[in-house]
Amino acid sequence: MIEVVDIHKGFGGVEILKGISATFEPGKTNLIIGQSGSGKTVFLKSLIGLHTPEKGQIIFDGRESATLKVREKRQLRQEIGMVFQGSALFDSLTVEENILFPLKMFTKQPLDEMIARVNVVLKRVNLENSNPKFPAELSGGMQKRVAIARAIVMNPKYLFCDEPNSGLDPQTAILIDNLIKEITEEYQITTVINTHDMNSVMEIGDKIVFLQEGHKAWEGTSSEIFKTDNKAVVDFVYSSNLFKKVRTAYLSEK
Amino acid sequence: MMLRQVFTKPQRIRVFEEALFREIEELGLKSLGIVAFISFFIGGVIALQTALNLDSPFIPKNMIGFAAKRSIILEFAPTFCSIILAGKVGSYIASSIGTMRVTEQIDALEVMGINSLNYLVFPKVIATFFFYPFLIILGMILGIFGGWVAGVLSGLFSGIDYITGIQMDFNPFLITYALVKTVVFAFLIATVPSYHGYYVKGGSLEVGKASTQAVVWTIVSIVIANYFLTQMMLT
Repeated sequence: MIEVVDIHKGFGGVEILKGISATFEPGKTNLIIGQSGSGKTVFLKSLIGLHTPEKGQIIFDGRESATLKVREKRQLRQEIGMVFQGSALFDSLTVEENILFPLKMFTKQPLDEMIARVNVVLKRVNLENSNPKFPAELSGGMQKRVAIARAIVMNPKYLFCDEPNSGLDPQTAILIDNLIKEITEEYQITTVINTHDMNSVMEIGDKIVFLQEGHKAWEGTSSEIFKTDNKAVVDFVYSSNLFKKVRTAYLSEK
Repeated sequence: MMLRQVFTKPQRIRVFEEALFREIEELGLKSLGIVAFISFFIGGVIALQTALNLDSPFIPKNMIGFAAKRSIILEFAPTFCSIILAGKVGSYIASSIGTMRVTEQIDALEVMGINSLNYLVFPKVIATFFFYPFLIILGMILGIFGGWVAGVLSGLFSGIDYITGIQMDFNPFLITYALVKTVVFAFLIATVPSYHGYYVKGGSLEVGKASTQAVVWTIVSIVIANYFLTQMMLT
C-alpha cells in the first residue's frame, strides 16, 4: 500500500502540488487523471523519487521514503517498476538485454536462470521470440509491452505507468490496459497510472484520483465517476459527445 | 557534485566490465582510423614544412627529423589528436547521454535504483584514461613515419638524414610529458561532454546544441590545460 500525505512540490517559486493526500491499495489499478498542467506527472515523479517533495510524506508499506537510508532507499527502488510514456527502453540494447538489465544489476543468479526469467515475462506480455530485436525494430505497442516486461521482471510490489497508452491505436491501448490490470491482480501489485485516456478510466480504474491545479479535486471508483456531480470531473471526463452519451445511457440503466 | 557521484564503486562489477568494453570499442577502437589517418598526413606536412623552412646550408639536414620528432611528440600527437578526439568522441558522448536524458532512459536508471552518473560516465573515464595513451603513441609513430615518407617521396631530404635526426638527443621525459598531457586530456574528453549531455533539458534540438557546446568547451579546456601543463612540466 502507498500512502501519500499532504505533499507539496514546486519549481522556481511556483507551487505545482498543493497538498495532495491519497491512498493506493495493492491489487488495485489506481488512476491519476487531470488536465495538462494539473500536476499529474510531478505527482507521479514524486512518488517514484525522481522529485523530492518539499513537504509531506510518501509511505510505502510503512516505510516513509524521505527518512530511508541510502541502502533502504535502493532496496525500495528495486521494488518499484516504472513504465515511462515513451517506454524509455535502452536503444543500444536488445529486448532481452533491456529486460536482463535489472536482473544483472541486482541479482546474482546464473545467466541461464536470468534468461529463463526474461522469457517468462516476455511470454506474459505476448512477445515470445522478440529477444534479439532492438527497440527501434518494434512498434509503439510492442515497445510498451517490453517496458512492462522490464518493469515486472524483478517482481515489483509497486508499478507506476506514465500515460501507458498514449500514441497507441485504440485496440493496442485496450490490450495494454488489460495487460496492466491482469498483472496488477495476478501479482497483487500496487499500480498507479497517469492517464488522459477515458477508456482506461472506464475500463480498468479501480480507484480514480482527479487532480486540478495541484489539488486533489475528486476521488472515487469507475462506477462512481458516472454518478458524480462534481463539475470539474464532469467537464473533464465527459467533454466529448460520445462520453456524454455513455454517461446518460449508464445513468438511465441504473 | 557530479564527479563525486561518478567516482564511486560500481554497483555491479560484471555490468561495469561490459560497459567498459563497450566504451573501449566506441571511444577507442573506433577512433583508431581517424587518428592514424590524420597523424600520418600531418606528420608528413610537419616534415615538409620544416624542410622548407630550414633551407640553409648552415643547418644540417638531420635537423629536419629532429624538429619534426619534437613537434610531433610534444604537441601534435597529444594536443592536436586530443582536439580531434574532442570533436569526434565529445559529440558522440554528449549526444548519446543527452538522448538518454530526453527520452527518459536516465530516469529509468534512477528509478531502478542505479547511480546513473556512475553507470554512464565512469566506464567512459576509465576507457579513455587507459586507451588514449596507446592511441597517442600510435599517433606519434605514424606521424614520424609520415614525415619520413613525405621526405623520401618529395626528395627534400633523405631517409637516412631523417632517421639520424629522430635518434638525436632523445629525451624520455618528453614521452612522459606527452602521456601526462594525454591522460589529463582524456579525462576532459570523457567528463566535459558527459556533463553537457547529462544535464541537457528539452528535446532533440537541445541535444544538438549541447553536443556543439560540449565540443567547444572540451577544446577550450584542453587548450587551457595544455598551457598550464606545459608551464608546470617544461619550464
